[in-house]
Amino acid sequence: MRYLALTKLEREQMIKDTGISHVDELYAAAPKEFILTKKIDELPDHKGEIEVETHLRELSEKNKPASSMPFFLGAGCYYHHVPAAVDHLIQRSEFLTAYTPYQPEISQGTLKTIFQFQTIIARLTGMEVSNASLYDGATGLVEAVLMAVRIKKNKRKVAILGDLNPDYLAVLKTYTDLAEIELISKNEIDKNTAAVITAYPDFYGNTLNLEKVRVQADEVEALMIVVVTEILSLGLMEAPKMADIVTGEAASIGVGMNFGGPHLGFFACKKQYVRQIPGRICGATVDEDNKESFVLTLNAREQHIRREKATSNICSNQGLCAVAFTIHSFLLGEIGFKDLALLNHQKACKLADILAKIRGVEVTNDSFFNEFTIKLSKDAKEVNQKLLERGVIGGLALDNNLMVIAVTELTSEKDMEILAKHLKEIL
Amino acid sequence: MNEVLLNNTEIDSEENFIPKNVGLNAEEDLLFRKSRKGSCGVDLPKIADFKLRISGKKRVEIGLPELTEPDVIGHFVNLSSENYSIDAGFYPLGSCTMKHNPRLNEKVARFAGFANIHPLQDESTVQGALELMYELQNWLKIMTGLHSTCLAPAAGAHGELAGILTIRAALIAKGDARKIILIPDSAHGTNPATATTCGYDIKIIASNKKTGEVDFDEFKKLVEEYGKDIAAIMLTNPNTCGKFESRVKDIADIIHEIGAYFYCDGANYNAIVGKIKPADIGVDVMHFNLHKTFSTPHGGGGPGCGPIAVSKELTDFTPSPIVVKEGNTYKISAPKSTVGKIKGFHGQFGMMVRALSYMMSHGADGLKQVAEDAVLSANYILAKLKNHYNVPFDGPCMHECLLNDKIQKEKGITTLDIAKALVEYGMHPMTVFFPLVTSGAMLIEPTETENKVVIDKFINTMIYIANEVKSDNGNKFHSYPISTPRRRVDEVRAAKNAILTFDQLIKN
Repeated sequence: MRYLALTKLEREQMIKDTGISHVDELYAAAPKEFILTKKIDELPDHKGEIEVETHLRELSEKNKPASSMPFFLGAGCYYHHVPAAVDHLIQRSEFLTAYTPYQPEISQGTLKTIFQFQTIIARLTGMEVSNASLYDGATGLVEAVLMAVRIKKNKRKVAILGDLNPDYLAVLKTYTDLAEIELISKNEIDKNTAAVITAYPDFYGNTLNLEKVRVQADEVEALMIVVVTEILSLGLMEAPKMADIVTGEAASIGVGMNFGGPHLGFFACKKQYVRQIPGRICGATVDEDNKESFVLTLNAREQHIRREKATSNICSNQGLCAVAFTIHSFLLGEIGFKDLALLNHQKACKLADILAKIRGVEVTNDSFFNEFTIKLSKDAKEVNQKLLERGVIGGLALDNNLMVIAVTELTSEKDMEILAKHLKEIL
Repeated sequence: MNEVLLNNTEIDSEENFIPKNVGLNAEEDLLFRKSRKGSCGVDLPKIADFKLRISGKKRVEIGLPELTEPDVIGHFVNLSSENYSIDAGFYPLGSCTMKHNPRLNEKVARFAGFANIHPLQDESTVQGALELMYELQNWLKIMTGLHSTCLAPAAGAHGELAGILTIRAALIAKGDARKIILIPDSAHGTNPATATTCGYDIKIIASNKKTGEVDFDEFKKLVEEYGKDIAAIMLTNPNTCGKFESRVKDIADIIHEIGAYFYCDGANYNAIVGKIKPADIGVDVMHFNLHKTFSTPHGGGGPGCGPIAVSKELTDFTPSPIVVKEGNTYKISAPKSTVGKIKGFHGQFGMMVRALSYMMSHGADGLKQVAEDAVLSANYILAKLKNHYNVPFDGPCMHECLLNDKIQKEKGITTLDIAKALVEYGMHPMTVFFPLVTSGAMLIEPTETENKVVIDKFINTMIYIANEVKSDNGNKFHSYPISTPRRRVDEVRAAKNAILTFDQLIKN
């Protein structure tokens, strides 16, 4: 078996040197009746690389990837291009097969990358500090809410302004039910409100006025949480710098869709809350030779030190995805990041204009970034099914004939024409 | 800010310039200091003017450096040389299972049919992905002997949360909400952190000072005292002292007698995979670390993947989604009384692809060998080092062995010095100062993917260090490492004056 390192001879020698006659003697502490004497029969035996690859290739070929047809799904997961350099670099052993950088002397590569990641996130969001990543946007929102409730000690209500991604809301609800935090709407905001949450853009693609949210938060001394499901939007839209916490999903840059994971949760906030942040953080310091160095810091917040008093139970984060994000962000740079955002917006505007001309289609947004909502004259799920029969993956079909359409740099003019043609025929 | 960026790209004038003797060990500076205005690492189509439809103003500045593709590739290639990795050498981090990460797993996870699919696509267009998840669920079920699984958790700690939530929901459904979770003092920090996140009080079970196992009498005392207030025990087995809990079945029986559940932290599953079925020893819920036992790469901190397997009684309560098969069709579904979603979409699918690739490669025969080799290698190290380092707990170990610095400390050399000496001698240290049940802990996990030559070199290095300390030559270790990209760093300074971004760094 190609991944096992010991030869038969080495095993024999090691068994002898260990002072035993059979490896099962090492399992003596386990009740004998529970030791399997044979391999598990219900599972197949080991397979060679060719057989494994063939099986997995066959499974992959049963799926229809976005690259194989016109594709308009978004809703928190976007089909973007990942430059070849990103995937090449993250497969370097030194990034791919390193553990969490707990030994800074031999982990500066990872640590410098995280430090730069934190800087990029802080600048994009207009916040002062960032952590080293969280699982995804939905759990990022959870952590933001739990942190706000920790900061606003006796307040147990959190208000949701506007429309959140339903997947995020579902995840948030699991945790707030558990923590006995009440989720309320705009009209229910009162003195017991610890935080107000707003999505930027919202689930339907609208880009809302954040200043108003700030005012509403201030009126009841609540924290303002902004959740961003499409980080590329921050290349075109102003940074939500009036917020206290900005969290969300960064998989659009460098990571990819991966059927919904791994993605990349980010978490940034004002500096005054730094000791309440969940998860790992990298900081700058010096070594014994007084050279600039980087190290995981503020560990007293974390579970391996604080145990039951930690700010979160998180340990592993999305390290390699953060590396991918950082590489892609640097490739884009100041010019490319803004241009890519503008390109997404321009293509979305173009498709919105095309669709608006079709009878039975109404674009519902006044404003949007790269995703907007159309109201159809027929049931959106049925329309989507017909689109699928014609080789198009439509937007996300909702009730009330609504469909959320996402456009990225990978949406071609031909894709737009095909969608328009079929919608005309279907509606 | 741009001035700062530009200034830092300047180099000294010709007459003042003196090259540094760096050979292959050049320093790589932050890219925020290497911006060259007008550079861009991507080519995007030119966009004609059009009317923007965002509500606010257009963003003027982000603050990213301007670089070309060669700049960026050069930067990360050089940065990578400042990292140690499992591919570079021995990485015996206890309870972390730093085993070889097969490249086949990386290749298959990148197939367009896996990497370029969207979680909300019509199920008819992702049957292969759902079939893969279904297959993985089956592997985990069969290996553990448990009844069902949920793949949604993003990492080990998230799996713990999923498991405890499941137990909590089952108890509430019985009208028997309880308040307490028992956790041994040797547990990972994530266990108590998870229990508190789920709203439980924690009672710590002391470890037996001789065996390193849960002190059975202490356990019984807590059960007598708190009885039916106890919701669960969170037990890592094998535990973090490297021991198989010999009373595990008795513990499970007592826990079940009071109507509580046995949560098994599966971080150390590598010692028993294919060798012992957790269901047989009374486990009700267990999480897996696919990034430990099943070889998906740690990636410098993640992503992980932490599925759970549960008993029949708990099946209806796990988080959603799960994948079910109806006829020949695979479907995303939710358990009948699910606690709900804990992560966006369906979990860390890309890691599931890698883990299945690994499981198939090993098969039932190979996985059993994985456990046996991992355990043998750890015991071989223990046998060779036990005369040189203090072994706090007697008897054979599982896939990791625990030593401490008791002998060396008498000469003023601590676990930290030993770890840093290993760094200087070209290998990654073991897990240090964990578990907390012994002072100056050194937890060594070699894994089954290291050959005897590598292991012997580690043993010899450890013996050399011990001998140097013994003959009063150990003081040099205080200043180690010296041949690494950085020497020991000032962690106190980092925490005291937290500098977390480049903006804070240049202000400082």
